[in-house]
Amino acid sequence: MMPHIISWNAIVPRIKEFRETLFLLNKNKLTKAAIISLYILVFVAIFSPWIAPHPTHILLDTNPENKLLAPSAEYFFGTDELGRDIFSRVLYGTRISLQTGFLAVGISLLIGVPLGAIAGASSGWIDEVIMRITDVFLSFPGLLLAICIAAILGPSLQNAMFAIAVSWWPWYTRIVRGQAISLRERQFVKAARAIGTPHFKIIFSHIIPNCIAPVVVQASMDIGGVILTIAALSFLGLGAQPPTPEWGLMVSTSRTYFLSAWWYSFFPGMAILITVLLFNLLGDGLREVLDPKTRKK
Amino acid sequence: MENYFEIKNLQVNYRTYEGEKSVLNIERIVLEKGKTFGLVGESGAGKSILAQTILGVLPRPPGVIKGGSIFFNGEDLLLKSEKNMRKIRGKKIAMIFQDPMSTLNPVFTVGTQIVRVIRQNQGVNKKEAIKRAIEKIELVKIPDAEGIMDAYPHELSGGQRQRIIIAMALSCDAELLIADEPTRNLDVTIQAGILKLLSKLQKELHVTVLFIANNLGLVSATCDNLAMLHDGKIIEMGTTNEVLYNPQHPYTRAFIEAMPKDREHDCHLKRIFANSNPKEQFSGCQNVSLCLEKEDKCNLSVPVLKLYSGTHYVACHMA
Amino acid sequence: MRIFIVKRLLLGILVLFGVITVTFVLVRIIPSDPAAQWVGPRATVAQIEAARMELGLNDSVFVQYADFISDLMRGDLGKSIRTHQPVMKELKTFLPATLELVWISTFFGVFIGLYLGVLSAQRKDQWVDHLCRFFSVATVSIPSFWVGLLLQSVFYGHFDILPLGERLSMNVKLFNEIPDITGMLLFDSLITGNTVVFFDALKHLILPGFVMALFPIGLVARMTRSALLEILNEDYIVAARSYGLPERIIMWSYALKNSLGPTATVVTLAIGFTLVNTFLVESIFSWPGIGNYIASAIVSLDYPAIMGVTIFSAVSYVFLNLVADLVIALDPRVRI
Repeated sequence: MMPHIISWNAIVPRIKEFRETLFLLNKNKLTKAAIISLYILVFVAIFSPWIAPHPTHILLDTNPENKLLAPSAEYFFGTDELGRDIFSRVLYGTRISLQTGFLAVGISLLIGVPLGAIAGASSGWIDEVIMRITDVFLSFPGLLLAICIAAILGPSLQNAMFAIAVSWWPWYTRIVRGQAISLRERQFVKAARAIGTPHFKIIFSHIIPNCIAPVVVQASMDIGGVILTIAALSFLGLGAQPPTPEWGLMVSTSRTYFLSAWWYSFFPGMAILITVLLFNLLGDGLREVLDPKTRKK
Repeated sequence: MENYFEIKNLQVNYRTYEGEKSVLNIERIVLEKGKTFGLVGESGAGKSILAQTILGVLPRPPGVIKGGSIFFNGEDLLLKSEKNMRKIRGKKIAMIFQDPMSTLNPVFTVGTQIVRVIRQNQGVNKKEAIKRAIEKIELVKIPDAEGIMDAYPHELSGGQRQRIIIAMALSCDAELLIADEPTRNLDVTIQAGILKLLSKLQKELHVTVLFIANNLGLVSATCDNLAMLHDGKIIEMGTTNEVLYNPQHPYTRAFIEAMPKDREHDCHLKRIFANSNPKEQFSGCQNVSLCLEKEDKCNLSVPVLKLYSGTHYVACHMA
Repeated sequence: MRIFIVKRLLLGILVLFGVITVTFVLVRIIPSDPAAQWVGPRATVAQIEAARMELGLNDSVFVQYADFISDLMRGDLGKSIRTHQPVMKELKTFLPATLELVWISTFFGVFIGLYLGVLSAQRKDQWVDHLCRFFSVATVSIPSFWVGLLLQSVFYGHFDILPLGERLSMNVKLFNEIPDITGMLLFDSLITGNTVVFFDALKHLILPGFVMALFPIGLVARMTRSALLEILNEDYIVAARSYGLPERIIMWSYALKNSLGPTATVVTLAIGFTLVNTFLVESIFSWPGIGNYIASAIVSLDYPAIMGVTIFSAVSYVFLNLVADLVIALDPRVRI
């Protein structure tokens, strides 16, 4: 196996670029605030069972005598129709949303990246077939395909996650294919081919590792949208099932009571909005910083 | 006597992520009415920034005007509000841009664009504006003026586009024309045609021209006065004869020697001073590292523009 | 140019074919037995078998696929399991309400978005820009179903100035002749001069229309801003300024016309999204459109209905993309 020689001269500009990116990201106050808030969000997601004031209320503990209470010192966000503390449930919902969001994007990456690398590195009919399939998937509006698949697989959070992954992968296939096509012509790939490295080994050990960066950036921008889609599926009854404290599901259940208990729908919805907003702000900041056209500002 | 057009102590900075750096620092430029003034310097010297600053169209940010004044007919342009500047732009001062490929809006026909400029600046109705537009296109010697009116910029050749841009600048009936490297990106033969046209129009219409170029050859034939711009600073200034035949600054000399003269001999290029690296803090002459005629005093202080003889100014310790 | 259109159309047909095939495959891997659902829970084995025959479920997958395609060509999307009505007929009933909502909300959304985008680009890095940008990120991050509920509880629950849902009030429905020409109430009542119905329908449109307009506003504003910022750095804009053209013409004519390509793409994206967003919004506002139809179809696992709406949406989406490409091709710079 030919060693992959990396010269110092090739690395220095990358380090400089990375530091520049960090500098520019931090210079934008809005982006900086979003990054800090996201840290807090992740913290909440990890420690929610311990932070929650009423951890037993998260799932099944019901207190009918306390049902639909307005926000108070005891229940910051009020209580739901079973007398559960909405604040504790919303906190725990952070964990569910972040987890499913990251997993759904992860699965789409697992499907999309190898397909894109194969298409880009292979050319000819394999490329053609993969890209036409991608076109077909991209011509469904994202949510619609997810709804269809979730409806067919049956309602559950796992299925919703999988449905989203199935409707999301073509984006990554497109990006990776573009990268792979340019990599295909690079010296180290040609050299690997010249010494007889098998085709699929080239794809997995040379092409994929070298085109992962832009995909990861894109994926981090997508998480907001994915979390929103999961909430929407749960709202339609195709995602999380009771008693899971998933935000979309909570908003959906609150529909029966929302005219008399505004807090029931307000707080879970607000949690969705804030989380998605933070990820989108981060994505916007990244996009602006990484786009060469707007970079030098 | 009050000068027709005068720039005094103009300082322009650019804001980058590494901090602000000075891109223009001009002590003095004076334009006489009805004459052609040449401003010469290599790419990156700050010529286009100067042109944009005069017209008040410098993109800000990244540009920052730190101080100084630009007097035009006794009024300081830098103190004018955007609203008042708009009355000057086009109507009094017009500009011919360097890149004919990108100066015309690609999604409108040539006619639409000229007519709009004429209507804006001369306040006439559409019919009259179309008539005048055709006149201007004929003035810059493009055949089939009426046909050209309906063409999109990408359908024209480079030379035709540059002529259209000149027609557009003339459409304003301005008294001061700023020609920012009007012949860059054009073939040599087309260059000659455009230059001839420009100097002919200047004489016929009695306009003042600020001619910006990176080529001394172009300037020597058309300009009455000259200034050399290097690294945002004027290093030598005077009448064309004074600067061309009695250059005092080493940079000017190097620049002149770099001009191709005869086909037979001496066509090799001399090394010209590069523009300095803005990050370095240094108290002496910026050119000291590359200058062949330097002495100790060049390391100590920045040379200022001072009178050498007659109307000839030089910024060099050695002059 | 003509070759481009033909090529693009052929590609569109190919993609449509793929979409239909994917839908067919998806529906065929349903774990449940459509025949059993068709006849209901208390059916005998013989009844189920008869239903299998009737629905063609005993044929091979390829025969079923061929039948499916040929039915589709004749505009037959099968029968709804829930209502036993042809899906095509039901779509025709529910479509006008959805189209009215989508059309109006995208129309206003695009214009408000354009305006915000221009405003933001004009005042880059000033507080107006920050506000517009924050607003446009917020509108694409907001769960539409939640805003709908919130607005209902404020404008119906609290102030009681706007209706809760549906297209017309009960008393208007009872005491007025409801015009039915295109099925789009605003348009129909306007051309028949029926002001009572017009204003009642308008009142019912405000909340759902606003909720659906949010996404197009944000998307178009963001796109317009970034496209304009790029264009405003072009030489021809600096040139136009130096010829004394007013900022108004530079922004709204010189710059905006150049950003038409990306904006057109984004508008079609927005319409596509709005169409799917009806699935979430219509059920909240009891809006009798295809969104509400698919929402109830999902609950009762009515696959032919789900498939019908899917195919319809995908067809519109492919069509919209085609339109966007053609708009871009109209750009004089693009020589095809």
